[in-house]
Amino acid sequence: MSTRIESLRDALTAQFGDKIRTASVELGELTIEVGADDYHDIALALRDHADTPFEQLIDLCGLDLSTHATRSSGARYAVVVHLMSIAANLRLRLRAFVSDEDFPVIASVNDVWPAANWFEREAFDLFGIMFAGHGDLRRLLTDYGFVGHPFRKDFPISGHVEMRYDPETKRVIYQPVTIAPREVTPRVVREENYGDVGHG
Amino acid sequence: MAEIRNYTMNFGPQHPAAHGVLRLVLELDGEVVQRADPHIGLLHRATEKLAETRTWVQSVPYMDRLDYVSMMCNEHAYCMAIEKLLQIDVPERAQYIRVMFDEITRILNHLLWLGAHALDVGAMTVFLYAFREREDLMDAYEAVSGARMHAAYYRPGGVYRDLPDSMPQYQANKFKNADAIKRLNENRSGSMLDFLEDFTNRFPRYVDEYETLLTDNRIWKQRLVDIGIVTPERAKALGFTGPMLRGSGIAWDLRKKQPYEVYDRMDFDIPVGTNGDSYDRYLVRIEEMRQSNRIVRQCIDWLRKNPGPVISPNHKVAPPSREAMKGNMEELIHHFKLFTEGIHVPEGECYAAVEHPKGEFGIYAMSDGANKPYRLKIRAPGFAHLAAMDEMSRGHMISDVVAIIGTMDIVFGEIDR
Repeated sequence: MSTRIESLRDALTAQFGDKIRTASVELGELTIEVGADDYHDIALALRDHADTPFEQLIDLCGLDLSTHATRSSGARYAVVVHLMSIAANLRLRLRAFVSDEDFPVIASVNDVWPAANWFEREAFDLFGIMFAGHGDLRRLLTDYGFVGHPFRKDFPISGHVEMRYDPETKRVIYQPVTIAPREVTPRVVREENYGDVGHG
Repeated sequence: MAEIRNYTMNFGPQHPAAHGVLRLVLELDGEVVQRADPHIGLLHRATEKLAETRTWVQSVPYMDRLDYVSMMCNEHAYCMAIEKLLQIDVPERAQYIRVMFDEITRILNHLLWLGAHALDVGAMTVFLYAFREREDLMDAYEAVSGARMHAAYYRPGGVYRDLPDSMPQYQANKFKNADAIKRLNENRSGSMLDFLEDFTNRFPRYVDEYETLLTDNRIWKQRLVDIGIVTPERAKALGFTGPMLRGSGIAWDLRKKQPYEVYDRMDFDIPVGTNGDSYDRYLVRIEEMRQSNRIVRQCIDWLRKNPGPVISPNHKVAPPSREAMKGNMEELIHHFKLFTEGIHVPEGECYAAVEHPKGEFGIYAMSDGANKPYRLKIRAPGFAHLAAMDEMSRGHMISDVVAIIGTMDIVFGEIDR
């Protein structure tokens, strides 16, 4: 299995050359990283690939790398696509970085795989990544009239507004959240081999 | 002047056939659907965002609440993702237990789907029958985890405890006399495996009963045959997985093609449809129940003969036993660190997928080395299926929309996450 993955990596690196920024096999999974400009072309080429046609888009999701400890690329947002080739029984992870932090735009792959439709709407809704050429980029999961993109790292877990029934005006109103933020278990990154015998 | 027959109709979110909280905006020409626009998100709980603020283990119970009719399969994908990142092995017995409970879960899920689907289409009886069998399997869930539904039984590194030696018994009460209780307790006198074996002996006959009620039923066929046809090419392009893909004639099953745990040692068949309509998907799921029954039987055989540990001995991942924890300082420290700080998962990312009853359920986990995930993406099969609602229902009548929702096996816990 892993050798097949490695030969796929070599074949793809040979085919696309400089367009692929990195291609790595880790934990038996192949990840290729591309720039936002080449993303759509490579997606199309992968779908119509002669030996390993990636005919299925399994998953597409947004990433916000702003608080990642070891951020490899300068870009804050990325789009991660998981592809599957039913013919060759192989999986592939395609990642494209979106450079502009204030207005992240990337090409839509909705025309390549129709399955991308809702996944891109979700990524737009939760991360605010714009997919150029999508055609129907509406919010999907959040409430009608929701403000903000909740899965960005700078969006608090409790949100900004809460909803309640107001007996005076006799309707449901929004007001700033009254929950105080708290962290029960702190987030810690330990050094390697932490807690092993002879390590304190 | 011709009568104007165009309507926009709102279906749900409080419609009994909407399977939860689906709001569907239908554009109709008379009774024919021109466009279906599903509005989802009414059950959105931001599980993925919540997971970023919880330790890895604390999110296991959240997984139960995604697809709340196939609880353990969700946990399975999540635990597999953590195990892949940690690169730890799961004891063989735990793998068999997982496979067995995955298949029990598949039967549970398909029974609920069958009952609800038949009820939507107008057959009342199947629902009652299906829930009778679900009760036995729920008891197995309860015996092993203490909860009938939200089990939190699978843990990174294995399963939380071994299978119990006895099943809970019914007690005499004012509604049932001692004789009736004795009859009810007959198959509960042995271990849990005896109870499950008794169930697997009875179950094929139950499936025959459902088939007698439905398979050749004229109304059932009129409502399902040629409804929601999906060609194999479209099924692939739309990201279908599981029975939705197999119903269209593609023999694709992760249990066979990318086997995980001990599925490669199991003997079972993959049913495939030919026409890609709702009736084929019904037949595929019925056959899957029979095949799951076969797998459960094979697991019972193996589990009887092979006792052993059920969770990893690595105490950086799995807690030590209570006795060891109370008698040994080092185990006490492990226990304390594990439950206050949690598992430290090495930096990296991985995607782990299982063949969930509804399709491919995947977890894309990204860790930056902390005790909490950096990003967790849940790939829910129903999400891709419901996205195809517009395409599948176009040109059908309103009443067929209900049949199509039924055939997709939609559960909002996983679609909205």
